[in-house]
Amino acid sequence: MIRFAIAGNPNAGKTSIFNFLTGASQQVSNYPGVTVERKEGMARLGDRRIAVVDLPGTYSLTAYSREEVVARHFIVEEKPDLVIDVVDASNLERNLYLTVQLMEIGAPLVIALNMADIAEKRGFVIDAERLSLLLGVPVVATIGNKGRGVYKLLKTCVEAMDNGVSLIPKPVTYGHEVDQEVDELGETIAGFPAVAAKYPPRWTAVKLIEADEEVVDEVRRLCGADYDTLAPHVARAAHAIAAHFDDDAATIIAERRYGFAAGAYKECVAFKGEARQHVTDKIDTVVCDRFLGPLFMLGVVTALFFCVFKISDEWAWIPWFGGPVSPTGLMVWLFDQFSSLVAGLEARAPMLHSMIDDGLIQGVGGVMSFVPLIFVMFLFISALEDTGYIARVAFILDRVMQTFGLQGKSILAMIVSGGLGAGGCAVPGVLATRTLREERDRLVTMMVAPLMNCGAKMPVYAMLIAAFFPDRRTAMMLLLWGISWLIALSAAWVLRRFVIRGEQTPFVMELPPYHVPVPRSVLKHTWERTWMYIRKAGTIILAINIVMWALMYFPRPPETVAADAAREVETTAGEVRAAELAYSFAGRFGQALEPATALAGFDWRTNIALVGGFAAKEVVIGTLGTAYSMGNVDPDASESLSARLRNDPGWTPLKAFALMIFVMIYAPCLATVAVITRESGSWRWAAFATAYSTATAFILAALIYQTGALLGFTA
Amino acid sequence: MAQTLYDLTTGAVARIVRIRGGGAKSIRQRLLDMGVTRGTEIRVERHAPLGDPVEVIIKGYHLALRMSEAKDIEVEVLEA
Repeated sequence: MIRFAIAGNPNAGKTSIFNFLTGASQQVSNYPGVTVERKEGMARLGDRRIAVVDLPGTYSLTAYSREEVVARHFIVEEKPDLVIDVVDASNLERNLYLTVQLMEIGAPLVIALNMADIAEKRGFVIDAERLSLLLGVPVVATIGNKGRGVYKLLKTCVEAMDNGVSLIPKPVTYGHEVDQEVDELGETIAGFPAVAAKYPPRWTAVKLIEADEEVVDEVRRLCGADYDTLAPHVARAAHAIAAHFDDDAATIIAERRYGFAAGAYKECVAFKGEARQHVTDKIDTVVCDRFLGPLFMLGVVTALFFCVFKISDEWAWIPWFGGPVSPTGLMVWLFDQFSSLVAGLEARAPMLHSMIDDGLIQGVGGVMSFVPLIFVMFLFISALEDTGYIARVAFILDRVMQTFGLQGKSILAMIVSGGLGAGGCAVPGVLATRTLREERDRLVTMMVAPLMNCGAKMPVYAMLIAAFFPDRRTAMMLLLWGISWLIALSAAWVLRRFVIRGEQTPFVMELPPYHVPVPRSVLKHTWERTWMYIRKAGTIILAINIVMWALMYFPRPPETVAADAAREVETTAGEVRAAELAYSFAGRFGQALEPATALAGFDWRTNIALVGGFAAKEVVIGTLGTAYSMGNVDPDASESLSARLRNDPGWTPLKAFALMIFVMIYAPCLATVAVITRESGSWRWAAFATAYSTATAFILAALIYQTGALLGFTA
Repeated sequence: MAQTLYDLTTGAVARIVRIRGGGAKSIRQRLLDMGVTRGTEIRVERHAPLGDPVEVIIKGYHLALRMSEAKDIEVEVLEA
């Protein structure tokens, strides 16, 4: 089967072209050995099927980042039949720099001159035919986000291949002096069959002159002992170029590539418009302004908070039986229906009923009822990402992040993890650290991203705030939001100084033009993220809930003990159930931990929930619910967990606050641990994240509880 | 002492003379890849609210970089 690869700059519209080419047939995986996403799909033209690989977006093909290495490996070693280079027509000169490097490799190439409409609107007149002549390959104009030209692009590619039209680009020229050295070294390299079989000789010559570490190592390995005869040729060529131009060879080559790009640009592009401010510039004078910028950002966060909660929970806008409900209300209603469906089982099969109702419906239902909130949250964040605003957030906050040893771009990972308020998830957050080029920045961000208030911590906050701080809901949420950032930044500062040391890494980032988000891609992205949350609830969370339920149910106390207890004193059914829970494995474990956790004010029931929360934070609320409904002392079982805790003499606002702080900080959930292990390449970092955060959480919770108690906040 | 991008005020236009090799090799490579090359015109668009990073227009697009990197970019001022 024919295979195409799509290459291009970030923000050049590669992904929308890929989406239009492949439709729904996409598969996402990782490139072997590295954490770079590999997207593959199938394009159809008539009855032909073409495999299409979307390479990571890069500005260059040096060995600077994982993405660049991956993209170049794919083209050089997996040899796709054709490379489609998506270039942003409104930013042609810089985009052609990558094109030049693709031409160097010499793989069959077709150019997609994308965003042709924007370029035109800006007053650029691009002579596509001339560009095609200069580069020696077809150039097809496209408008990727509207799908225009994509069919023609595919047809051009396939027809050219069928008709045996050469798609090999013209050789790149670097100016007479450099060309001479490159050609000569290329010929020498052609004499080393081991190298020439794997790499194009002229490309290899350029890379060796640039002293590209990865290619140098590979050539050394391929040549073996012969490398000693090749090395002097490389050194001589590099030296000759450096001496002639009085700068190092790598810089000269980069400059010459830009020279080639600039030359092509000048020949093919005419500017027919007038130099005026573009919409993006106008927006940026406000959004990036010294005073208005931070205010605007705060406004966005507040609006996000407000809208997400209103739409998903507070406004009852869905017409339903018995009056309108909110989406969250609808989910709660649904699981209440399940609960009453199985109510009949209680008398006939008490154990089965307990498992289904206490274990499954309470646990999974609690998690699922937050799906609307998560969906709306991701909808807003995906749309925001599409506009290009996140890059401005990174720009505004980079200086602050720098102080704590983080990067402006770490913001994205933190936001996805829940940093814009609540209702993110650390799993995509940790994945989002892939955009950070430096391993150290990446690690620090990975270690602190789980401290953000993710969607799973929300139910715990919501329940405890409803119980103990009902009049200060927004203030408490803002407080918890502030605390999570304070702790995350402090943790980053400490980690950067004592654990992951090293000099600060550069922050060089494009600020792309604003785009109106494309609904199709925003919805797709939102749904992918929400589906991940639902799938987690239906698989991992469900399994853990069953295990937790079993640990809380078994072993049952011997009949005689219960009977004795019942005989000795007047006991309510509730007290018997409490005794049963205390007798279970989980109950015993919780009690064993109590002497230590009492320092932070946690009783044994809370301990059970917190231990369950190591697996997933969603489990905390479910398990606490189960623990207090199974071990329910109060005969009125219909009370909500909030009301139950409020009326429990053992609970105080102070204790609730200490618990919220503990839940915020302690141990990333199992899914996050798994993803940290994979992304950092070692389980040690995951273990470290778990250990340091749990220790910090406990110390802080104990401090809060003890200080609060000293100050008399015990009532 | 040659002027660098660090010294320029908002609105200034300059031509890049040299990129100092002071920093890590990768910073220089990165700047080259982003089009920060000798002879290119660069315009200081604005500074972030805390004065760092700086946003410039180069080769027709917007690029943000830290002031610490700006110190390594020697320029010749065309328009102050």
